[in-house]
Amino acid sequence: MRYLPKSPSERQEMLAAIGVQAVEQLFESIPEKFRLREPLPLPPALSEPEIIDYFKARAAENAPGYTSFLGAGVYQHHRSVVTDAMVQRGEFLTSYTPYQAEISQGTLTAIFEFQTLMCQLTGQEVANASMYDGSTALTEAVLMAERLTDRRKILVSRAVHPEYRQVLATYAKNLGLQVEEIGYTATGQLDLKAMTREKLAGAAALVVQSPNFFGVLENVGEAAAIAHSEGALLVTTIAEAVSLGIVRPPAEADIVAMEGQSFGIAPSYGGPFVGVIATRDKFVRQMPGRLAGQTTDAAGRRGFVLTLAAREQHIRREKATSNICTNEALFALVATVHLCLLGKEGLREMALQNIAKAQFALAELEKIPGVRRPFSGPVFNEFVVEFPRSVKLINAALMRERVIGPLAIGTHYPELTKRGLVCVTETMPRTEIEHFAASIRRILEAPV
Amino acid sequence: LDSKLTETEAPPAMIRKAGRHVSQNEGLIFEKSAPGKRGMELPPLDVPAVDPSHALGRESVREAIVGFPEVSEIEVIRHFTRLSSWNYAIDLGMYPLGSCTMKYNPRVNEHVARLEGLANAHPMQPAEVAQGCLRIIHDLQNSLLAITGMDAATLQPAAGAQGELTGLLMIRAYLAGKGDPRGKILIPDSAHGTNPASVVVAGYEVQNIKSNSQGQIDADHLREFVTEDVAALMVTNPSTLGVFEERIAEIADILHERGALLYMDGANMNALAGVARPGDFGVDVMHLNLHKTFSTPHGGGGPGAGPVLVKKILEPFLPTPLVVQKQDGKFALDSNRPKSVGRVRAYCGNFGVLLRALAYTLAYGPGIRQATEDAVLNAVYVRQHLEDYFDLPYDLPSMHEVVFSDARQKRNGVNTMDIAKRLIDYGFHPYTTAFPLIVPGAMMIEPTESESKEECDLFIDAMRSIAQEAETSPDVVKTAPHSTRVGRLDEVAAARKPILRWKP
Repeated sequence: MRYLPKSPSERQEMLAAIGVQAVEQLFESIPEKFRLREPLPLPPALSEPEIIDYFKARAAENAPGYTSFLGAGVYQHHRSVVTDAMVQRGEFLTSYTPYQAEISQGTLTAIFEFQTLMCQLTGQEVANASMYDGSTALTEAVLMAERLTDRRKILVSRAVHPEYRQVLATYAKNLGLQVEEIGYTATGQLDLKAMTREKLAGAAALVVQSPNFFGVLENVGEAAAIAHSEGALLVTTIAEAVSLGIVRPPAEADIVAMEGQSFGIAPSYGGPFVGVIATRDKFVRQMPGRLAGQTTDAAGRRGFVLTLAAREQHIRREKATSNICTNEALFALVATVHLCLLGKEGLREMALQNIAKAQFALAELEKIPGVRRPFSGPVFNEFVVEFPRSVKLINAALMRERVIGPLAIGTHYPELTKRGLVCVTETMPRTEIEHFAASIRRILEAPV
Repeated sequence: LDSKLTETEAPPAMIRKAGRHVSQNEGLIFEKSAPGKRGMELPPLDVPAVDPSHALGRESVREAIVGFPEVSEIEVIRHFTRLSSWNYAIDLGMYPLGSCTMKYNPRVNEHVARLEGLANAHPMQPAEVAQGCLRIIHDLQNSLLAITGMDAATLQPAAGAQGELTGLLMIRAYLAGKGDPRGKILIPDSAHGTNPASVVVAGYEVQNIKSNSQGQIDADHLREFVTEDVAALMVTNPSTLGVFEERIAEIADILHERGALLYMDGANMNALAGVARPGDFGVDVMHLNLHKTFSTPHGGGGPGAGPVLVKKILEPFLPTPLVVQKQDGKFALDSNRPKSVGRVRAYCGNFGVLLRALAYTLAYGPGIRQATEDAVLNAVYVRQHLEDYFDLPYDLPSMHEVVFSDARQKRNGVNTMDIAKRLIDYGFHPYTTAFPLIVPGAMMIEPTESESKEECDLFIDAMRSIAQEAETSPDVVKTAPHSTRVGRLDEVAAARKPILRWKP
């Protein structure tokens, strides 16, 4: 087998050296009745070309050559080939968690840069070395707020990504957290009027997403002021990180939980991505996850180490701030390389292009009779559209033209049937947007 | 002595694996930045530009980001290439970290993960145009079930620790369904730190139990601990000592008699794949670490994936959605599962990791047994050749890893961390230090199947040479490493006054 570096005679030599005749003897500590006698019922081994063929066949069963208007937490953005070339260097790809700092300075330095970039983008003071993704980062941020406030009520905007809320519900259920949802208004934003004193009383955190699941920007400053008025923390989650290239950062938030997929990471059917938690310096000891910090060696040379580990499971076990161990370091590196390439101007330009494309698409769609925008709040690159017919029906027709249409959000919001979530990033050519609008017009004009 | 050695001389003859070469200096990317540079250009906008303060409202538009990098493409390439050269990696040599299973990460796995139709698949695209992704998940589920002998699986958990949590939530839901969720989980003192941490996140209480004099679960006294309030025991098998729990079936019986379940941490599955199946020896629920046994790259700390495999009794509680195959052969996501514990991560988990793990199982097929045999052979071979040099606190037969202690070297003031750091000078990554907790001064060595006899021999020579140095020149060991860009770093200062970001 090509991955195994031993010849049959070397195996024999090694067995002889340890004084056993047959390799089976090495497994005698397993009670005999549990030792398998037959080979496992797995398909026969494949060579490299056969493995590639298998996956090419699977790729062809997906949606090759389709145009997609899906976003909803996973976004298609331009990625440079340089990023992948850097990340595929074996020294990054095949290294372990940098506990042995002297031979891990590459990874540690990159993590330190990642933490810095995340602070710069979010307007927060400290960011960790990554969480699994946006959904789990949000849950961890909420648990952090619970520890910081010693309160158990969590107020969550209904305009937070439904799958993020589902993950939070799974964790909250057994920890005695009481999660209450707050509605949205005609602008598609958090209903601030619903945030009464009674509602806020005893709350650990108010959770908002901006841009939210409807693509609408929230007023983070106002939400923070309201939360703080009753001693609650504001947790802000961001699923579309490119928005930070132009949108004012949630500096008033106490904890930011972000999905970094938009920073050069492929959609990859939902992962691996990179979650981020950023917060204020004073809360750092309640943060989950790894942190890289700067220090020096005996000769005074600058170096980086994993630090404040007294928060983590391998030191604190049941008293740790989280059970997270493995994180998404390689994808934090992707984000870091990508952001260094884009730079200050590139990120702003990318964000501006997203706004322009989304505004153009919105205008094209609004020209179609019966199509309207139900929410009036400002949007970044995603928006909800109301159609005169079911989204499912429209999508079935679009699929025949190799277009993956709007996400039907009625599945998650029963009151929002006939509404679809449309995402248009800088990667979508104008011609495709025009074709999309023309197709929808034709579909809606056709007799039912 | 040491700094002179580093700068002026070739490495001593006894260091056979590594030589010296120039290491490029490099600052932080922020320190290289200059206004107006960039490393990536976008196609020109083909729709009318929009004034952001008009589209978003003036108050919602941010100022330029202070200190954000501005560098060219070649500077980015040099920066990260130089950084990469400061790392050790499996691609450079043996990485004997016990419990971490640092094996070869096949390159074809990286190649197929980047195929257009897979890398650009959106997790919300309709099932009719996601059949390829769904089949990959389904095929991996089947492979993992065959290898573990379990009945049903979820591949949603993003890492081993999240797998632990998911398994515990399912145990809780199952017992709660019988009217008694119970309150405690038993954890041996040899367990990974994630075990007790996950127990707490699952809303359970941890009850630590002591290992017996052999480092095994004390089956004789287990009955005393399995009270009516105990929901499960979490066991790592083989244990973190690299030893198979010989009385595992009896342990399962004791738990089952009292209505409790057996959870297995599958971190050490590399010792069992193709040889024995947890489903056969009484395990009710377990997780796997695909970034260990199934060869997906650690990437400097992640990503991983932590599939959870269960027996029939727990199947109704698996997280949603589940990938299922319908009567017509098509694959679908099933979210209509009323007893499910719910969702633990958005979308279908770390799909790109799952895909790589499938590529690994396809490469081996039933031959995965050979990998297991080689992994155990390497560990036992290394143990055999080091037993005369290092203290072996528990001498039961080793499987895929062996745990020594620094007891002998301690007499000369040399501890496990010193020996580990000295290994760096010999061209190896250190073994795992200070774990498991039941071994003071632990030196936990897991070669994996990816090491040739030659590499194992070099490692053995290095360890023997360091053992000798500990006798003859302990200071060389205590001040190691001597060959790296930076020496031992001041971790106390790092934690006392944390500097966690660059500032202009």
